[in-house]
Amino acid sequence: MSESVVEHGHSHADEHHHHDHPAHLQHHFETEEQQFDASKIGMWLFLATEILLFGGLFCAYSVYRANHPEIFLYAHKFLDVKMGGINTAVLIFSSFTMAWGVRLAQLGKKTGLVICLVITILCGFGFLGIKYVEYKHKWEHGLLWGTHYHDQEAHGEGHGETAGVEHAEGAETVEPAAETTDASGATDELSEEEKDLTTIPVAAAGPSGTLLTAADDHSAGSHGDEPGMTIVPENVHIFFGIYFSMTGLHALHVIIGMGSIFWALLLTLKGKITKEYFTPIDLVGLYWHLVDLIWIYLFPLLYLIH
Amino acid sequence: MSGSNHEHGHPKVGHVVPLWMLAAVWLALMFFTYITVAVTNYDLGNFNLIIAMAIATVKAALVVLFFMHLFWDNKFNALVFISSLAFVTLFIIISMLDTNEYQPDVFQGKAPALEVEAP
Repeated sequence: MSESVVEHGHSHADEHHHHDHPAHLQHHFETEEQQFDASKIGMWLFLATEILLFGGLFCAYSVYRANHPEIFLYAHKFLDVKMGGINTAVLIFSSFTMAWGVRLAQLGKKTGLVICLVITILCGFGFLGIKYVEYKHKWEHGLLWGTHYHDQEAHGEGHGETAGVEHAEGAETVEPAAETTDASGATDELSEEEKDLTTIPVAAAGPSGTLLTAADDHSAGSHGDEPGMTIVPENVHIFFGIYFSMTGLHALHVIIGMGSIFWALLLTLKGKITKEYFTPIDLVGLYWHLVDLIWIYLFPLLYLIH
Repeated sequence: MSGSNHEHGHPKVGHVVPLWMLAAVWLALMFFTYITVAVTNYDLGNFNLIIAMAIATVKAALVVLFFMHLFWDNKFNALVFISSLAFVTLFIIISMLDTNEYQPDVFQGKAPALEVEAP
């Protein structure tokens, strides 16, 4: 079948050969179907690279968690499951509105599509907003990565103070309050106390500072009920390093996704999206669903550790 | 320009997902989210992680198959997707095998979860 390939650049309102040449059909494709299929394959290939990207971080998570479950059991309690849960619900709903948007695009319903895209973007803002609240809380309490991590036992855990002990190794250097200058004044007081309350001597806790108290065998989740001492494992900052890199990279993808959806929204408003050509909505939707997919795994792995 | 105004009679590219199906998938996802949070109230030891991952995988499957349309798509797209998962799985499994093998020896006593082999 011959295509009117030679009519490049001319007004398509003129009469053509047997096949109309849809404006959106690019010349190196024979049919719209082929173009659509190629676009889809291209997007899935890109998504595969994204999965591999996050896969690296999930691998780091797996290795560290396998080697140091005590760190994860201890540190995950600083995450707010409610916030994480709300974020999960927000992203899932945004996936729903995005998929609905694709459907509306396929049906040529422009107004509905615009509404769905707008709602999806708003959900993205909601997600980022909650993330901001979470991050801010962590920043204020020194729940950060690497050397910026502040020992937490002076507050927030709900236990009595740990028995005053010394850190056997200097694995955790507690930075002075310089890191938290924009935090509330309460954090400054913390820094003084923190220096006294560090962790357990290796001998007292068994090899490499396992966190278990006598009572705290399986149910590490029963924090706050133990009036006795909580053994703080070494290197808690590792958890937060992993937490911030994974959720941070994810949040970056949320932002990119929102930007892409906004671009698709502009295309729609300009009338470029039709029943026959909804590919941009479809592909941008795929990216957004991937963002949701990643969070579906991040949420239980980071927030719901038991 | 005017191309979009013509009804070419070109075959529709892509199948349109019914709205009820999208809504059902969304509700299922919310349900599984609720379940996965609720399960953390029960202590099942290592099984908690397995259950959490299983539920997450079900949710992911729902998103991929229905929201991302893979159920009706060209099977090659599914192949691409599954392959990426396969390679990530391989990546993680081999890394885990490696670390389990050597971690006890790297620093004695630094991996409490693993058996410390007698020297």
